[in-house]
Amino acid sequence: MNETSATAAPHRASGEVLLEASGLHTYYGVSHILHGVDFSIRGGETIGLMGRNGMGKTTLLKTMLGLVRPSEGQVKVRGIDMTHAETHAIARRGIAYVPEGRGIFPNLSVRENLLMAARAGVDGQREWTFDRVIDTFPRLGERLNNGGAQLSGGEQQMLTIGRALMTNPDLLILDEATEGLAPLIAREIWSIIKTIRRSGIATVIVDKNYSAVMALADRSVVLVKGRVVFAGDSNALSENPELMHRFLGV
Amino acid sequence: MDLAFFLIQLLNGLQYGLLLFLVASGLTLIFGIMGIINLAHGSFYMVGAYLAWSLSSLTGSLSAAIALAIPLTVVLGMGLERLLFRHLYQRDHLYQVLLTYGLILVFEELRSLIWGDDVHGVAVPELLNYSIPLTENLSYPVYRLAISTVCLLLAFGLYFLIQRTRLGMMIRAGASNREMVQSLGIDIKLIYTLVFALGIALAAFAGMINAPLSSVFPNMGGGVLIICFVVVVIGGIGSVKGALIASLAIGLAETFGQVLVPEISGMIVYVLMAIVLVWRPQGLFGRA
Ligand SMILES: Nc1ncnc2c1ncn2[C@@H]1O[C@H](COP(=O)(O)OP(=O)(O)OP(=O)(O)O)[C@@H](O)[C@H]1O
Ligand SMILES: [Mg+2]
Repeated sequence: MNETSATAAPHRASGEVLLEASGLHTYYGVSHILHGVDFSIRGGETIGLMGRNGMGKTTLLKTMLGLVRPSEGQVKVRGIDMTHAETHAIARRGIAYVPEGRGIFPNLSVRENLLMAARAGVDGQREWTFDRVIDTFPRLGERLNNGGAQLSGGEQQMLTIGRALMTNPDLLILDEATEGLAPLIAREIWSIIKTIRRSGIATVIVDKNYSAVMALADRSVVLVKGRVVFAGDSNALSENPELMHRFLGV
Repeated sequence: MDLAFFLIQLLNGLQYGLLLFLVASGLTLIFGIMGIINLAHGSFYMVGAYLAWSLSSLTGSLSAAIALAIPLTVVLGMGLERLLFRHLYQRDHLYQVLLTYGLILVFEELRSLIWGDDVHGVAVPELLNYSIPLTENLSYPVYRLAISTVCLLLAFGLYFLIQRTRLGMMIRAGASNREMVQSLGIDIKLIYTLVFALGIALAAFAGMINAPLSSVFPNMGGGVLIICFVVVVIGGIGSVKGALIASLAIGLAETFGQVLVPEISGMIVYVLMAIVLVWRPQGLFGRA
């Protein structure tokens, strides 16, 4: 089974399983949110994580990142058990997170938002530098000294993605990156995601624009009420209106 | 009031203000970044003063005492953060107030056990123990000028650290979104430990360098704590710049108040605080 994207840059350890969750059960208080979820992504791969509101997508991402603890199950990063590791240690193994609602630092300038995150990748390389991020997001270049809070929604989203790239990740996790953006801006974000993907960075994309996700993703994973109901080739899902309707209500 | 006398009061006010800043900057950082109300902050000022006294009687030199005491207070700060304060970050302010008030009592009791209840003087270092004549009968002690210079350097250093370094960016980022900082691969807990220890060490250092001027006595942290809370409130919670400006304003107001209107000098800083709060409830540089 070769699920590695053909577009992965050759120098990356494509094919290595970067992140793997098995049998995750997560609770918020007494509400049981994840019911034995399996998930895995390899180097260079793009996975679309889909599901309607409240199905547990964000909870799955947070559990894998150590921001929420599972009561059962395991999270492995590059083959090492990190179920109980701290979030920063997980991130340091090459994972960057663009959270729902963006999470920029409003009290830092655009420049500071980017610089504070700068770090070499797991391979010791710094392919994404401040200059390259600014080249990729010219709008940010014009607003370097603005406070994070003074940016438009689209600019904030670019800043969060740019900031994630400053950590030179092998895996970028995007939770609702185009949410609440005007169509034109959303299109800009999608084209940036394509560029990132082409550079060989594996991506997990959560987005309500299912057709855009499936067009990009090598594989799709669908959650319904905290259970994986579909995991496989994106085309197999997008070409099956019956499944699309049953799982995603479209 | 003639010029020389005015100059002396001005220098005294600035020196007092700068010293307050050392204590208040740590208080505002710990409050603004970790969200902790640390009533025991004044106790570290006291610990610093007692360490300066006991170690300088041991070594015969205040400088040697300070050089020994700084690492001790850093270790004390880091240890207390790991053992106690870390567990308060997510808690209600009421828990913080209770625990840190308890700490004041513990520190006073320990102080009594270790160092006793007497008042002690600390000698001004020989090298700095002279005065600059201003007029025929007025002069200004060099030690005070030296303290002010050291405090100013520390204030600039702190400003540089917070505003210009990557560590400073991480510290400020942590104040707005702790989870996000962690998600970027930054060990926020370690950063908090360092910030806490820095704040504690600054308060203790203030106690050390001020020991020759204030002498060393039981409960000496209490008055400093209250005035430093006034500084934090006026400057805006979490703002180092605000703490500097408020410290200087309070230092000058108290010093000139005692000279010009001694009957009401005790009230002046609180009136100042009330005025600022009516005008800007979030303080001079606080975020609304
Ligand atoms: N902090 C929390 N405390 C309690 N319940 C929560 C919390 N966060 C989420 N939930 C609940 O957990 C369930 C899953 O939420 P989650 O955010 O993972 O869904 P999602 O698939 O990301 O949804 P959306 O598409 O709306 O972002 C929902 O029922 C939600 O109400
Ligand atoms: Mg979500």
